[in-house]
Amino acid sequence: MRKHTMGLLAMAAASTLALSACGGAEVGGEPEEGASAGGDGITIGIKYDQPGLGLQDGAEYTGFDVDVARYVANELGYSEDQITFKETPSANRESMLQNGDVDMIFATYSITDERKEVIDFAGPYFVAGQDLLVAADNTDITGPEDLEGKNLCSVTGSTSAEKIKTDYAEGVQLLERPGYAECVTALAAGQVDAVTTDDIILAGLSAANGDGNLKVVGAPFSEERYGVGLPKGSDRCEDINAAITKMIDDGTWEELVAANTEGADYTPNADLNPPTPDACA
Amino acid sequence: MNDYLSGLGALLQQYDVLGAFWTNIQLTFWGALIALALGTLLALMRISPIASLRWAGATYVSVFRNTPLTIIMTFMVMGVWTALQIQLADNFEDNFFRLAVVGLAVYHAAFVCEAIRSGVNTVPLGQAEAARAIGLSFLPAARLIILPQAFRGATAPLGNTLIALLKNSTVAAAASVSWETSSTMKTMIEFNPNYLWEIFAVFAIGYVILVIPIGLLTTWLSQRLAVKR
Amino acid sequence: MSASVLFDAPGPRARSWTLVGNIVGALVVLAVAAWVLVQLDSKGQLEPQLWADAVSARTWQYYLIPGLLNTLRAAAFAIVGSIVFGLVFGMGRLSQVSLVRGVSGTVVEFFRAVPVLLMMVFFYGLFGQLLPGVSDKAFLAVVVALILYNGSVIAELVRSGVGNLPRGQGEAGLAIGLTPGQTLRSIQLPQALVAMLPAMVSQIVVVLKDSALGQLIGYQELLRTGQIVYSADGNPLQVLTVVAVVFIVLNLLLTVVAHQLSRLLSSRTAGQTIEGTGIGNPTAVAAGAGGPNNI
Repeated sequence: MRKHTMGLLAMAAASTLALSACGGAEVGGEPEEGASAGGDGITIGIKYDQPGLGLQDGAEYTGFDVDVARYVANELGYSEDQITFKETPSANRESMLQNGDVDMIFATYSITDERKEVIDFAGPYFVAGQDLLVAADNTDITGPEDLEGKNLCSVTGSTSAEKIKTDYAEGVQLLERPGYAECVTALAAGQVDAVTTDDIILAGLSAANGDGNLKVVGAPFSEERYGVGLPKGSDRCEDINAAITKMIDDGTWEELVAANTEGADYTPNADLNPPTPDACA
Repeated sequence: MNDYLSGLGALLQQYDVLGAFWTNIQLTFWGALIALALGTLLALMRISPIASLRWAGATYVSVFRNTPLTIIMTFMVMGVWTALQIQLADNFEDNFFRLAVVGLAVYHAAFVCEAIRSGVNTVPLGQAEAARAIGLSFLPAARLIILPQAFRGATAPLGNTLIALLKNSTVAAAASVSWETSSTMKTMIEFNPNYLWEIFAVFAIGYVILVIPIGLLTTWLSQRLAVKR
Repeated sequence: MSASVLFDAPGPRARSWTLVGNIVGALVVLAVAAWVLVQLDSKGQLEPQLWADAVSARTWQYYLIPGLLNTLRAAAFAIVGSIVFGLVFGMGRLSQVSLVRGVSGTVVEFFRAVPVLLMMVFFYGLFGQLLPGVSDKAFLAVVVALILYNGSVIAELVRSGVGNLPRGQGEAGLAIGLTPGQTLRSIQLPQALVAMLPAMVSQIVVVLKDSALGQLIGYQELLRTGQIVYSADGNPLQVLTVVAVVFIVLNLLLTVVAHQLSRLLSSRTAGQTIEGTGIGNPTAVAAGAGGPNNI
């Protein structure tokens, strides 16, 4: 039976493969050249749904991660039209690197020991901290401890909400949604008391959706060191670190942070930013 | 080999697979109960003498049968709960569970309705004529003559709808019920990609074990209950 | 419906009651609708800008239409693949060789029992390991999962389609000296296929709806691109409404096609055309719909 099904599977897979190579509708209307990893171009994984960091805005991609990615890719010798952006949702980042779907990832990707076991990191290029987004008139939530008995929203597959539950407020109720926009809608409607994730993401969300009704609490309680995700054993790490250092030294880094958090009343933690890239593995 | 087995054992201990299946079984049970009640009502509406009820029933079926369940589930959380502020329980776990049950019920009620209608079609004309001849009006005729036979004739499609409901209960993931089987399986695979086949096998076999008896029972019942004509 | 035998034509008293009932019913519906609108408005969800964004040219051009094309692409490959799969395994279940029958039966029953979403998650992981460097794994996972499930359903359609033909068709084939295999291929199957065609069109509805599950593994179909655009514009409810309407209209059109096909083709086969209920279970339709006792 096994052989039979596998044969059929292979057949189906082969036919779909052959046909899918003819190209489909790439969201954003980007040209498909260099869509697969390798070749002449470079495929970079970003978020599509995070205002201020990685956002698909019509045919364009905007945000801090995207700008840093462009800068680094240019330093690596790729011109603008050799870059293909691809969506890498949080839950799929490791597998997309391992599978060769993307060459590198700039997608609010925290450097952790757990992840280092399966992929490599360059950077960090930014240090964020987990924080809370609440209604602008909310005064009783000033930190994660205040969430006892409150309702909290986070995205599916993120560990930030679990962390609050285990480390700070056991009695917090969690809502998981596929995207932050849904969390912000629930917050604006008063069904949850807070949304949690990294402060820079929250700043982008409040700038894009809040109309001034939402605020970031401003007491980060973790260190999220955003790195550049690379496949295990990649030889690009040194060059990327050099590019990041150059970007920080020539003032571009500061410009990009300012430009992408405009209107959000947000300044990155000055003790930790700008960071110095770690030594490569 | 020992390493492999102990690794797999640890994996199954770390995640509550049985609990996840139990969640889907509960979702299915409550969803089926409500869907059956609602579907029967819809079927009655669709065969009733009142044109507006027929129209309302048909519209309901067209809309819900043609909307992806994922979207209905998302609407339960984003529309019913967030925007309309309809809360079904004080704590989140029960609240989203019940919202998911309602989502499953309103979707599958459309199919229950069509299953019962197909059952109505198995009732010979003479039965309805006889009911009218002895002076029964629509509701008594439906209750005493038509529906009892229709349900027996609809056993097979109703059983199939129940199987579909059980499998579709995995879509409760879209209504923030993150402790059911598909979410559990996704998390397990994400953190243990080397056990991909085994994890899938556990969940797939779990569903086969649940579905096959329902299928066999349905076939047996539909033969046993079939009205001899 | 006007010729229903379930009830007498309503008399003057019943008609006036119906009228009162209709008015009361309409008022209840209006009241609920008004309450919903007030609730939405109090949450600022009726703001014209949110709705305008959801249907703007930019939303269609860069998000919804590319997403819809991806949905249709997945559905198209899935339906073609399902038909091939369904024919192979449907014929396998009718085979003279008991081993082939057994294997086909096991495959079909297995894939009908496993939820499509679990298959998508599994194949997404599997293709990740087997096909490094292929860029569209989510697409492949969606298509393969849809083929295995819907193909199994079509296999059952083939089997029940042949089973529903009058016995005389098969007997006639054997009587003129055809082998059982030849009888199946040249007499029974062609008629069964004509009878199944409407049900197959209905199956496309199932495929289209299930393709939206691809969102959960990151395939950029219509629902996912909707999520991306409402992340940018902050209008989840509005965009979801638009996406739902697109799905409903598409599926209604397909249902109409299935219905017309069923009427058109009923004279082309000795069996009965089966329309399909859209939930993906052929036995559900074989049992009743279109029977001679249409009350």
